[in-house]
Amino acid sequence: MSTLHTVNKSPFDRPSLQTCLRLAGKDHAVLLFEDGVYGALQGSTVADTVKKALDTVSIYVLGADLKARGLSEDKLIDGIKIVDYKGFVELTVENDKVNAWL
Amino acid sequence: MSDVKKFMYVNRKAPYGTIYAWEALEVVLIGAAFEQDVSLAFVDDGVFQLVKGQDTTELGIKNFSPTYSALGDYDVNKIYVEKESLDARGLTIDDLMPLTYEDEDDDWAEKDSIRVVTAAEMAEILEQQDVVLSF
Amino acid sequence: MPIEVEGKTIETDEEGYLANLNDWTPAVAEAMAKEDGTELTDAHWEVINFLREYYDEYQIAPAVRVLTKAIGKKLGKEKGNSKYLYELFPYGPGKQACKYAGLPKPTGCV
Repeated sequence: MSTLHTVNKSPFDRPSLQTCLRLAGKDHAVLLFEDGVYGALQGSTVADTVKKALDTVSIYVLGADLKARGLSEDKLIDGIKIVDYKGFVELTVENDKVNAWL
Repeated sequence: MSDVKKFMYVNRKAPYGTIYAWEALEVVLIGAAFEQDVSLAFVDDGVFQLVKGQDTTELGIKNFSPTYSALGDYDVNKIYVEKESLDARGLTIDDLMPLTYEDEDDDWAEKDSIRVVTAAEMAEILEQQDVVLSF
Repeated sequence: MPIEVEGKTIETDEEGYLANLNDWTPAVAEAMAKEDGTELTDAHWEVINFLREYYDEYQIAPAVRVLTKAIGKKLGKEKGNSKYLYELFPYGPGKQACKYAGLPKPTGCV
């Protein structure tokens, strides 16, 4: 069953993203939003974990939350895709389940 | 003015996910009226508060990042950012907003308020404070 | 208490500050002043416009101390003092001028 995982907390504040990526199944989708978008940054202490996860899951990040935080596209890890609110909705529809990591 | 105390506000939260960052900024601005020796520390996710280019239009919430630029007017001009926190997040000082103040004792010359310090230096600065308020 | 301006009803809070900052027009300032028995002169407008610019740039209404210093720098020393500002805005330059300028109550107003 396809699953969309959502992460809305900073990976430097609590390990929700790290746990999500460790437990997410193959070909699942992961959407980062709110403070979760910080997990998409290049050169951070979690960047290697995120890069490795991209081999098995797709990672998306909500554009509006990136902009609010002053993070531009060129600061993101390669392979992470930016989506808008419509894309967020589409992801929830495309997947059978949604797993929200708080 | 012998009763001037050293106040440090420690900011450890990212700006929009929680209300801590904005609350801290309001407390700093209100507290500035008491003419104490105020400084700010940005550590952990708090460094994200100072990232430049914030634009909350799509979120429909207030972008309070311009308010940090008013701190100089409020005589809050010692802003310490921990280097280790920047490094862990893949950030450098170039990713932060430039914050300045006008130095009254130096013919109102414009000077940088932000100082990037190591954890060891930050520990020493914390040690010198009379009051530390953490957000 | 809502106020009536040019046939429109505009919401304010219990202290008379605008509920919605976007409702502001110069006519709103005139109406608020009239209610306080004040006639707005160019000198008042200079301060009101300054406050609006300050808010636009920094997203806060400045504390009186900050306002006084900044006015002195921008409009001249003879205006950058509490006496001048209190003569214009006897209810307090921070509170009263910010209200007319459609801003929230000043941050740092204790």
